[in-house]
Amino acid sequence: MTRRQKRFATIGVGLVALGLASALVLNAFRSNLVFFFTPTQVSNGEAPQGRSFRIGGLVEAGTLTRDGDGLTVHFVVTDTVKRVPVLYKGILPDLFKEGKGAVAQGRMGADGTFIASEVLAKHDENYMPPEAAAALEKAGATGAGRSRPTTASPQ
Amino acid sequence: MIPEIGHFSLMLALCVALVQAVLPVWGAAINNAAFMAVATPAARGQFCLVALAFGALAYAFAVKDFSVLYVAANANSQLPLHYRLAAVWGAHEGSLLLWTLILTVWMVAVTLFSRHLPAPMRARILGVMGFVSLGFLLFMLTVSNPFERLIPAAADGRDLNPLLQDPGMVLHPPMLYMGYVGFSVAFSFAIAALLGGNLDAAWARWSRPWTTVAWCFLTVGIALGSGWAYYELGWGGWWFWDPVENASFMPWLAGTALIHSLAVTDKRGSFKVWTVLLAILAFSLSLVGTFLVRSGVLTSVHAFATDPKRGLFILVYLAVVIGGSLTLYAWRAPRVGLGGRFAFVSRESMLLVNNVLLIVATGSVLLGTLYPLFLDALGMGKLSVGPPYFDTVFVPLMTPALFLMGIGPLAQWKQASLPDLAIRVRWAFAVSAATALLLPFALGRWTPLLSLGFLLAAWIVATAVLNVRERLTAVRGSGLRHGLAGLSRSYWGMLFAHCGVAVFIIGVTCVKGFETEKDLRMNVGEIATIGGYQFRFDGVQEVKGPNYRAGRGTFVVTKDGRPVTRMHPEKRYYPVQNQAMTEAAIDPGILRDLYVSLGEPLDGGAWSVRLYHKPFIDWIWGGCLLMAFGGVLAVSDRRYRLSWRKQEIPEPALAPPRTSEVA
Repeated sequence: MTRRQKRFATIGVGLVALGLASALVLNAFRSNLVFFFTPTQVSNGEAPQGRSFRIGGLVEAGTLTRDGDGLTVHFVVTDTVKRVPVLYKGILPDLFKEGKGAVAQGRMGADGTFIASEVLAKHDENYMPPEAAAALEKAGATGAGRSRPTTASPQ
Repeated sequence: MIPEIGHFSLMLALCVALVQAVLPVWGAAINNAAFMAVATPAARGQFCLVALAFGALAYAFAVKDFSVLYVAANANSQLPLHYRLAAVWGAHEGSLLLWTLILTVWMVAVTLFSRHLPAPMRARILGVMGFVSLGFLLFMLTVSNPFERLIPAAADGRDLNPLLQDPGMVLHPPMLYMGYVGFSVAFSFAIAALLGGNLDAAWARWSRPWTTVAWCFLTVGIALGSGWAYYELGWGGWWFWDPVENASFMPWLAGTALIHSLAVTDKRGSFKVWTVLLAILAFSLSLVGTFLVRSGVLTSVHAFATDPKRGLFILVYLAVVIGGSLTLYAWRAPRVGLGGRFAFVSRESMLLVNNVLLIVATGSVLLGTLYPLFLDALGMGKLSVGPPYFDTVFVPLMTPALFLMGIGPLAQWKQASLPDLAIRVRWAFAVSAATALLLPFALGRWTPLLSLGFLLAAWIVATAVLNVRERLTAVRGSGLRHGLAGLSRSYWGMLFAHCGVAVFIIGVTCVKGFETEKDLRMNVGEIATIGGYQFRFDGVQEVKGPNYRAGRGTFVVTKDGRPVTRMHPEKRYYPVQNQAMTEAAIDPGILRDLYVSLGEPLDGGAWSVRLYHKPFIDWIWGGCLLMAFGGVLAVSDRRYRLSWRKQEIPEPALAPPRTSEVA
């Protein structure tokens, strides 16, 4: 091979490798996007069946119950308009409380219960997960939605 | 009064930074020695002023001055002194001050250790660093002033986030920032070289130790953060692909690429243009990382603050620094020239491929981190990118990179021969293939990923051993001890760092492959078995801490009837922030960690409990420390000291002596 051909070969190999890498990345990316839906959207059937997604809102007060095994919990996530029952098996995060914001990731069960594989609650008492806040805002309950972390004055 | 002194010295520092950013660079352009000479005293003065401001803030925390808003928001009269001092960098404003302080520390280091550099180069470097610090000081003084008063003063403070009340969190931010900000030195060297138009091998040799030191700090900082997440968050995970973690991981990936590319530029004069781009990239990603974490744009455990004015300032600042340096790069880089030629198969080409893989990996992390933010900002819906994405991307990207990591150091510069390499590594390959096939079976479980992990780890170690052997046979006759002593520290540094990666891989592979986890309900006296260990739950007692109260559980662990340890996980409640926190109990070991955390109290003294058996997990952090140790060894190599000493004698031409060794 001449030097010129060699250079073209190098560039060609590089481009093919880069193309492969990008294809790999983008493919993995597409199949691992987790979309977020509000309880209203879920009730309207907008959420996908058989694919993992996130739901967020307030944990409705008085809905948290525990099965006899001490691990399976039931609660209702609401955006003050619609309610979605959630089932989760495992230990809830420290900041999970009734009346506070929470985000759960999982799939819809056949009976309309959201089966969560993961429950996220954020690590600040005043902090509302942005997804949960957005869900409330969308449903028109803006007053309860926004609260600012840290910058709030201590009085 | 003291906070006002701090505030005032920040303003003075801003003025000094302005002088430092303008005069030396201008002086270098018009060849005015007096202007250039301003750089050193300005940098040192700026350090004193920022240190004074930092001291003032620390003092306000120490004396519990709750008339300072930042103190009131992040401390409490019950908070112990050491955590009050750590609270200085517990939130947005203070961590920016820490960032700036560390930047000035690096500046002083540059004034001390770069006396051998030509005056215009040194002036430009300090000028660029002054410009960077100018932005940060301006940011603090306009939109996030740590000294802002709260009038009337609060009776008591809101307390530090309980998650941050931990020794790991005390050390993690300064280490991480030493790394982030350390890349500003490499960045300033690159920009100074672009401005001066003298991008030569000497430039690469000067920036190498700085870059390596910064990289070591960053490595340790990330390891600390990961370790903190492991024992403090109570979920037993060590890496979540959380945007905050990604923010620190991206500069690390780019910095790793930079270290290797600098080596090529130093040794062979090639890759110059690419190296400069990497230096700009590594520091830009550090800036992006700092602001991603500290501006509160992220949906994440670390998101502390939100303020649109801050966001705007940050975007403008990033645009100026990154955009400006890339423009300069586009304008100047074509003149630099390509440097030494190399063949399709050579050490250079392998390092280049590794560099590209690292950058693709960086890009994929960037995509996964920023894409959700962009969509959200454009109002196109909320989504998140799950950890499986990063796992799927990293395994195929890193596999070839790690394979090349073994073979690269064995290949010749300029031109290597594949058949020759294949013959040399045949035993190393056989050993690692055998390990990959047999070890999982010996451990009782086989999965493709398990085999792959062992293959790569064994490959790295085997090729490192081969490498040392070849070096020793090359100097045969002078005795083993003499031969070993003849190998340079930078060579050992490389081997240690690479073996650190192998140790890390073993840790990850074993944790992913063999860990066991149980969430269960335990009554008092009940026994649960996990990973061959029996855990007996002896109930929970009330205890009281300085600013919290806690339920303290007792678990008696036995193995085959023999006592192993007693573990005391806690469930703490911090009344000031009305926050509960899980404090896991960990029994660490070289071969396994036992991990217990308390869930919630159930009826009749029973608790929900989480038990983990995590084999080899400490190897993950051990590997990181080994990598950092390798970096330290490399920096202590005498070639840097020698070249410095030689150049202290006035010398017009600054071509560094070519050593024959090829580390």
